[in-house]
Order: sequence, then structure tokens, then C-alpha cells
Amino acid sequence: MKLLYFAWLRTKIGIAEEQIDLPPEVRDVGALLRWLQGRGAGFAEALKDLSVVRVAVNQDYVKFDHKLRPGDEVALFPPVTGG
Amino acid sequence: MIRVQREDFDIGAEIAALTAGRHAIGGIASFIGLVRDVAGDTTVGAMTLEHYPGMTETKLAEIEAEAHRRWRLDASLIIHRYGRLEPGDRIVLVLTAAAHREAALASCGFLIDWLKTQAPFWKLEETGSGDRWVAARDADEDAARRWRDEQGQ
Repeated sequence: MKLLYFAWLRTKIGIAEEQIDLPPEVRDVGALLRWLQGRGAGFAEALKDLSVVRVAVNQDYVKFDHKLRPGDEVALFPPVTGG
Repeated sequence: MIRVQREDFDIGAEIAALTAGRHAIGGIASFIGLVRDVAGDTTVGAMTLEHYPGMTETKLAEIEAEAHRRWRLDASLIIHRYGRLEPGDRIVLVLTAAAHREAALASCGFLIDWLKTQAPFWKLEETGSGDRWVAARDADEDAARRWRDEQGQ
């Protein structure tokens, strides 16, 4: 699975993207976020308040109960501020 | 039409290109977003716009298609820039063209309101006390929500 991080999630985590193999117990977006929180200080800091984290799977917005598949592109980012 | 680009755009040239040969168009509405040099009481020296290539284009195209579904439009254009921009620089252009003003003006307002809450862009401001990410505004979410239950014409 490809993971992408944008804006302050990228700067806090320290990388823009990575390729990961999901543990079998991680089946949806919510479980992915909880699993990522345990991967180090940068992840814990970036993901401490999930109310300001938005998630897109395959470039479309999803909710935290969205089911994940192995080839998904998952992006984590703050609420958008374009225009 | 959708364009996501680093370069500036020429408003007159874009309007001319959008309307060339289309003489059913009776009016064009435009929104041009500019970089401001203040945010609250802080002076902003510049800002850098980051985006999610691929999803940005997809979301802008969806928003544009929704405007065409709600209003009878002859043409439309959204240009959004990314990269480092300075105060006074143009960030975004929305053009909508229709037979009559109501559809052009309303759909232009809809597009910029929805774009602000749907298109994956983020702004990093350079200030005297360091760089800071711009937080999303509740007012923008409220402006977008206003259109949820409204239909076009």
C-alpha cells in the first residue's frame, strides 16, 4: 500500500510518501491511523488529534470506517485551504 | 476546463479564449483570488501552495461538472496555481459563461466556495515569526454548506 502525507502531516512525520505492507489486523482507515500512531514520535505527534486529519483513498475522500485493500493509495492531510 | 499550474495566468487572454466563437454567451462571471500581505494581525511575506497532484485535478473536474449539472452554462474555466507566491500574486481564477447573468454569477460563487473545501491545497505562510500552515476556516465550510441544499437554474 502506498501512503502519502501532505502539509504539516508531512513535516511532522518527516516523509512525503512510503510503501508499506499492512498488518492483517488493519482492515480500515481508523485501524490504519491507530497503527500509524504507534510507529514513532513523529507519527504520534502528527496523528494525536484525528479531528484535524482528512483521509483520501485512491484520491477520493473517505470516512474512518472505509475498508482498505492491498493496492490502495492512502493520503493523510489536514483540512484543505485552497482558493 | 481545469488547469493546475505553477505559472501565472492572463485574465484577458483566458476570457477571450473561453468565449471565442461562442456567441450564445451573454455574460461571464469571474473570481480572481489574490495573495494578501496580512492574515489577522500578522504580516505575511509570501506563501507556498502545496497540493495533491492527481486528486486536485479530479476534484476540480468533479466540482466543475456539478456546476454544469446545476446551471445552464456555456463554458467554464478553473485555474489554480501552486508553488511560492507573493502578496498581490494571483492564486486562482474561476470563469463561468452563460446566456444570462444569474447562472454565471451563481455558479461562479458556487465553484469558489466548493473549491475551497474540496480541492486538496494547503497554504504555508512566511511570517516574521517563522513559517506557519494556514488553518481551515469554519466560515469557508459554512459558505460551501449553503449550496448543499440549493439547486441551480
